[in-house]
Amino acid sequence: MTFTTLTRNVFDIKDLNLWYGEHHALKNINFPIIKKEVTAMIGPSGCGKSTFVKTLNLMINYVSNVKMTGEINFNGHNILNEKLDLVELRKKVGMVFQKGNPFPQSIYDNVAYGPRIHGIKKKKHLDEIVTKSLMNVALWDEVKDRLHAPALGLSGGQQQRLCIARALATKPEVLLMDEPTSALDPISTLKIEELILELKEKYTIVIVTHNMQQASRVSDKTAFFLMGELIELDETSKIFSNPRDERTEGYITGRFG
Amino acid sequence: MEKVSSAKDRLLKSGQDWLGGEFRGKALVILCAVIMISATIAITIFLGTKGLQSFIKDGISLIEFITSKTWNPTDKANPKYGTLPFIFGSFAVTFLSALVAAPLGIGGAIFMTEISSSWGRKILQPVIELLVGIPSVVYGFIGLSVLVPFIRENIGGLGFSLLSGTIVLSIMILPTVTSIATDAMGSLPGALREGSFALGATRWQTIKKVLIPAAMPSLLTAIVLGMARAFGEALAVQMVIGNVKNLPSSLLDASATLTTIITLNMGHTTYGSVENNTLWSMGLILLVMSFAFILLIRYLSARRKL
Repeated sequence: MTFTTLTRNVFDIKDLNLWYGEHHALKNINFPIIKKEVTAMIGPSGCGKSTFVKTLNLMINYVSNVKMTGEINFNGHNILNEKLDLVELRKKVGMVFQKGNPFPQSIYDNVAYGPRIHGIKKKKHLDEIVTKSLMNVALWDEVKDRLHAPALGLSGGQQQRLCIARALATKPEVLLMDEPTSALDPISTLKIEELILELKEKYTIVIVTHNMQQASRVSDKTAFFLMGELIELDETSKIFSNPRDERTEGYITGRFG
Repeated sequence: MEKVSSAKDRLLKSGQDWLGGEFRGKALVILCAVIMISATIAITIFLGTKGLQSFIKDGISLIEFITSKTWNPTDKANPKYGTLPFIFGSFAVTFLSALVAAPLGIGGAIFMTEISSSWGRKILQPVIELLVGIPSVVYGFIGLSVLVPFIRENIGGLGFSLLSGTIVLSIMILPTVTSIATDAMGSLPGALREGSFALGATRWQTIKKVLIPAAMPSLLTAIVLGMARAFGEALAVQMVIGNVKNLPSSLLDASATLTTIITLNMGHTTYGSVENNTLWSMGLILLVMSFAFILLIRYLSARRKL
């Protein structure tokens, strides 16, 4: 029993505390993330959900004056303590940001960026990865005739899907998405949401969102954060129908937040 | 029956004191613009008419002026007006100093923006500002009393050389290149760095494969602006380059540039004489070149992607 639980967890976070200088931003977080599930993070601005997601690939390291205690176990290795290869971690834990941030290069070069820096040089191999990644995000048909056109010429929604393709090209296990649709129109948002449902067949997805409908549409588990604390983590259906904590209920029914 | 006034009416009313407020301000800034534009046009026309006289009035062939290697305007019987050695000298010091200053300046900019922003800004920034503030005669003087003897004793030649001119100019244009390159790198959106790091790229990979290519048009602008400055610099170069009329055959040969020849000879030629007119023609070449640099910069800025 214990054994199966362990192997199903991609991430196992134990007693994670995080401070920005004096500000205690994450308080005693215990959080298992289960393989091939979509976990949504909800909560008001400044509640710590984005901070939490950024600890999972240690992007938090680029924020100055951050201190962390506790454990973040990724496939059984505590990434906070063990001397680990950041490059390997980020290869396996991809990230998509709030606003699509393609490099000012061609569509092809954007997707091939990850594989290239990880040492893949053969054109045939790269072509294959680029094609597959773009197909995975349903962008291939839209861009196959202009792979060498600048990525910044794409629409906002296409740019965001390109960034997802770019993250998929390094063959990650986990995909972190920090409010991936907050800058997009409803139709592009819908496309990304459909994409998330497809991608969860192969990837574990952690998504931060301000949109509660989005959380209920795409996720299996939902976590509610408030002022640095993980208030509730449960099946999405349960959170939205019958939350245990009254603060969760208050937030999802729109009484605050 | 209250008459409803539109927003436009009310705006107009608020500017009713048009002699005191709106109009005066507008007139003032238009005047500034007109003065600037007319000064530029006047200089261009003046330099154009003066510079073309040696070709029109004195009958010197333009081709000969640009391509002939012999400069001997004082020979009464057979004066020669070939400025190729000076044009070559100008371009040589310009490109060579850009070759030195570009990697140094861009390297410094990357250090300041990507590697050690606090230390870089605290130490390197003031150093660069200080370098800008030093007058060119001081650069020339230091070059003359330190660099020239050093090259003479350790490398060879007279010391007065293309090499000395290049080194002095490199240091002089370094702040221009560095500060513009720093702005270029600093204004890149942080999302680019994040995106690259999140894919597992190291800092050097990010700098080399994302940031430098993204900033490339602005970095080229930085280099071209530095080159424009080097091309037009006269005093400091004149003090160390040796000012000889011959085409240099090595870095250690003394040489001359368009600007140094103008400053050296402007004083002792008679106004209106052929020799004086040819100096104006050289000035015209400098002006044409600076227009070319400006066009290049505009072209590069238009290509800026971010």
